[in-house]
Amino acid sequence: MAKRNVEIMVGLFVALALAALFMLAMKVSNLSGLQGVQGYHLTANFDNIGGLKVRAPVTASGVLVGRVSAIRYDTQQFQAEVTLLIEPQYAQFPEDSSASIFTAGLLGEQYIGLEPGAEEVVLREGDELQVTQSAMVLEELIGKFLFDKASGE
Amino acid sequence: MSTYLQNLGHSVLDFFERLGRGHLFLWQLLLGLPLLLRRFSLVIQQLHSVGVLTLLITLVAGLFVGMVLGLQGYNTLVDFGAEESLGVMVALTLVRELGPVVAGLLFAGRAGSALTAEIGLMKATEQLSGLEMMAVDPFKRILAPRFLAGFIALPLLALMFSAIGVMGGYLVGVQLLGIDEGAFWSQMHAKVDFVEDVLNGVIKSVVFGLVITWIALFEGYDAMPTSEGVSRATTRTVVHASLAILGLDFVLTALMFGS
Repeated sequence: MAKRNVEIMVGLFVALALAALFMLAMKVSNLSGLQGVQGYHLTANFDNIGGLKVRAPVTASGVLVGRVSAIRYDTQQFQAEVTLLIEPQYAQFPEDSSASIFTAGLLGEQYIGLEPGAEEVVLREGDELQVTQSAMVLEELIGKFLFDKASGE
Repeated sequence: MSTYLQNLGHSVLDFFERLGRGHLFLWQLLLGLPLLLRRFSLVIQQLHSVGVLTLLITLVAGLFVGMVLGLQGYNTLVDFGAEESLGVMVALTLVRELGPVVAGLLFAGRAGSALTAEIGLMKATEQLSGLEMMAVDPFKRILAPRFLAGFIALPLLALMFSAIGVMGGYLVGVQLLGIDEGAFWSQMHAKVDFVEDVLNGVIKSVVFGLVITWIALFEGYDAMPTSEGVSRATTRTVVHASLAILGLDFVLTALMFGS
């Protein structure tokens, strides 16, 4: 009988540990991330993506609608080509929607904001977002500001 | 003068002799492992005394470490308006460092010392010699199951420590201090990588489990067979195992996250 109790306790112990691993895998880390997510892909070309990373959030009006699934450099157009994976329930973005790269807070991470357009035709798998706005690079902004100041006087 | 030199030489030789005995001991432990596959009930018995009985202190410590991390992290991050990153901070700290290390230190104190005392007393009361007289190999029957159990138990304990620590951080951060719940989890989700962070933490705790159990069993086996010798060996286990964890943690961190 005592042996049975010992075995039950050990079984419980191992089960608890597996539950902890499951929680760390699913809830804390990104194992459940992109592979499991269904959705459709959109591409967008940017002159400068700043510090945008794969897995960065894609939001519309601040609501998370998808994630960045790939970033590569397009040697034909000399621009960064970003692939977005949008969740299937948000499939009604008009064709003339625009994508901009924003920064969360002053020092936060960068994410993509989608601004819906007004066309009737909606974007489908593999379509490209035509209107894009690059990331703000702080050095560029400061440079521009100083240049304007100097030329104004 | 020559006595000083002799003392120095003696202690150096002593040290290397112990080191050599320690490694031979590890080799014999490893030789004993294959037999355990057929008698796994021996390991389960030890998993109970090494793992299950260490569970409570690990869980309580994990919860409070997570809560303190949440509280202190919030105070620092709120100045930068970045309190949403609290989840990332708590999760990475726990999964990468504090989970394996603090669980390891607790394990060395709670289970390692018990192992040393048990083995040391078995030696002092000549139970180990008795087993040998009956042609039962104490390495296979007594030491190897304890070794394997410690090796299995610590990674499991470290995982639970990290998981409940994150819950503690959540309790303080979200429920008490009012950080947005979605931001807390989603930022954590975005920044913590399963292979890079969680699995590397598990690898750390596997290494710690091996080293702690090895030190504990060897100190017990090598103890002077007197009550004073056993008590000294127990102290040495806790001190040496703790130092080994902290030193190895730096080496492993440099290897895993350094470049």
